[in-house]
Amino acid sequence: MKSTLTHTAPAKPAPPGPLEAFERFEKRAGHAGPPWLRALRTSGISYFGELGFPAAHHEDWRFTTPSVLAERAYAPAPRPDVQIPGVASLSLVPDGELEAHRLVFVDGHFAPRLSRVLPLEPEQVVTNLREALEFQSSLVESFLGRAARHETSAFAALNTAFLEDGAFVYLPAGRELAAPVHLLFVSSQPGVVSHPRVLVVARAGARAQVIEEYVSLGEQAGFTNAVTEIAAGPGAQVEHVRLQRENGASLHVGTVEARQYKDSRVLSHSVSTGARLARHNIHLRFEEPGCEGVLNGLYTGAGDQLVDHHTIADHRSPHCQSHEFYHGILSGRSRGVFNGRIYVRQDAQKTDAKQTNRNLLLSNEATVYTKPQLEIWADDVKCTHGATVGQLDENAVFYLRSRGIGEARARRMLIGAFASETIGRIGVEALRARLDETLQAWLAEELAAPGPLPLPHPPGLTT
Amino acid sequence: MTPLLEINQLNATVEGRQILKGLSLTVHAGEVHAIMGPNGSGKSTLASILSGRPGYEVTGGSAALDGEDLLGMKPEDRARKGLFLAFQYPVEIPGVNSTYFLKAALNEVRKARGLPELDALEFLEFIKAKMKVLELDPSLLNRPVNEGFSGGEKKRNEIFQMAILEPRLAILDETDSGLDIDALRIVAEGVNRLRKPDNAQVVITHYQRLLDYIVPDYVHVLHDGRIVKSGGKELAYELERRGYDWLTSEARPVSPELTTA
Ligand SMILES: Nc1ncnc2c1ncn2[C@@H]1O[C@H](COP(=O)(O)OP(=O)(O)OP(=O)(O)O)[C@@H](O)[C@H]1O
Ligand SMILES: [Mg+2]
Repeated sequence: MKSTLTHTAPAKPAPPGPLEAFERFEKRAGHAGPPWLRALRTSGISYFGELGFPAAHHEDWRFTTPSVLAERAYAPAPRPDVQIPGVASLSLVPDGELEAHRLVFVDGHFAPRLSRVLPLEPEQVVTNLREALEFQSSLVESFLGRAARHETSAFAALNTAFLEDGAFVYLPAGRELAAPVHLLFVSSQPGVVSHPRVLVVARAGARAQVIEEYVSLGEQAGFTNAVTEIAAGPGAQVEHVRLQRENGASLHVGTVEARQYKDSRVLSHSVSTGARLARHNIHLRFEEPGCEGVLNGLYTGAGDQLVDHHTIADHRSPHCQSHEFYHGILSGRSRGVFNGRIYVRQDAQKTDAKQTNRNLLLSNEATVYTKPQLEIWADDVKCTHGATVGQLDENAVFYLRSRGIGEARARRMLIGAFASETIGRIGVEALRARLDETLQAWLAEELAAPGPLPLPHPPGLTT
Repeated sequence: MTPLLEINQLNATVEGRQILKGLSLTVHAGEVHAIMGPNGSGKSTLASILSGRPGYEVTGGSAALDGEDLLGMKPEDRARKGLFLAFQYPVEIPGVNSTYFLKAALNEVRKARGLPELDALEFLEFIKAKMKVLELDPSLLNRPVNEGFSGGEKKRNEIFQMAILEPRLAILDETDSGLDIDALRIVAEGVNRLRKPDNAQVVITHYQRLLDYIVPDYVHVLHDGRIVKSGGKELAYELERRGYDWLTSEARPVSPELTTA
């Protein structure tokens, strides 16, 4: 029996880059926002200073070469002056198809003219974080930094150090947010990093859907280091969708940390199709009995893409359920990593934890590393896990062909069906339809001429 | 008249093992042929090779549909040209909705025949009648293809697909196995209704009983990779009575291939 759970790297001296960048950032932005925020940021940078970028031999970063991330710029992007042609051309779900509160961020900065918040009920808040820090500082203070453990994660620490903007969704007890919140993060300038922070608080019995979508303008490399914190109060339900569709040159680190209280439900979906290197850390913590967590995900890779999911379902209380389903589709020389941890603490009797990770390899050179990690300290629990890596069922391909369906289409149908299993769990219909469609388009190209998932070019853009 | 199907001296191997050893068979439009034969004699292999399943190597002979070489064609092109195989073991296709699949298949076949594609509404209208004939539970259509279907439902679903695609040449591989007595009658009636002067059916079965419903014009016995006896429908009765022994021992001396290991 293990007695400690550590997620930290042996301390490695932090490169000077981020620390210097932090000094400059402090000069520029340090005075903005409430005093407690400054303290939070300082603790973020000092933890980062201790942690450093994870070493390449670190168990958690074995496949996702952290040096690639460490070599990048650390300074947050200044407010951009590019003209964004409009959300419609960047988002997977055009305006007309999804009635949602829409907040758009460009290189981490809120873009009010592209954003729109629908009418809200009293005490409900859907706003950008910078504004919330100004006008609802004490409300934000009681939740910010409570779920994301910046003491143990270098990237969360870095995000905290450079915390400036992002989104704040707050739901008072018993209210449902009628429309989903759609957050669109646009990366527009090469060589800069953005550290968006999202904070979702659903008090007792409240319900919300939050979609985060990450896209790029143009083809140059950006670096996104996003952190989302979710607090789900007793009986609350939060459905969270993460759509990572950045261009094939980008680096993306995304962290989602949720804390759940009695009888709450959190549904986390991660769809990751973009970026050259994408690393996702998704953690659900069941703090009180009766919680349910769904970890659902779909990742695709082509060319030289690397897509890495590290998930944790942390059962800290009895009678909680976690259901995890991750599907990967990898082509070209792409690599997929899935590391699914299930912790069942000593008190977490009657835990029901399921995990499956299935992977389809569309080429001989694509690889996947899949690793379930169950650490169980309680004795009365039900835990199952399974992982598969394989090719398409050729009997099924032949069956479809024997009915007149062409080979390429037969393969697309079967792969699409494989992906739809995960897409189908997303509770936002407009999104499901678009995801299925995009996937089919990707497969059509991938099976014909392999390459990364195409990113539609926004029209009328001059750079 | 060009035969609908003409197989001439077909030889084929699977994983280096010779299974078909000079098989010949001619089927004309309007005919129903039954193929019987002991387990492992090569009946399903023949069906697989005709429908283009990968993994078989044709080492000699020919097969033509409407005078056109079949063996060089992709499986989907054979289907579009009117070949249909009702599988002995239909495949489950998880996640692919039955209605979606059927519509895709039908429209591919229609396109190949120069017919306009059907839209969703027209398609539903089109299949309604076919479903009735086969007394198919409509809820099956909302499920993934064959997934979790009972053995009998899968077989019935094969004939339902045949009814939709209206093939010129249908090969039914042990469609009767796994069907209960009522289902057998329903499926057989479905098959009979699809019989037209310009199409043909090849029915593979172990049991004479099916042939009471689907009455064949010819019965062939396949043994060790070739047809060792052909006759009218009365041959099936004889086989039922006497088994295959009398044929196989009779056939053995005249088949030199049998001496190969
Ligand atoms: N993929 C394969 N690999 C190896 N052997 C095979 C393969 N497919 C068929 N065979 C062999 O070929 C022979 C003929 O098989 P086939 O399925 O055609 O028989 P059948 O006449 O349909 O039998 P049944 O009446 O049992 O359905 C058998 O000995 C079988 O084991
Ligand atoms: Mg057979």
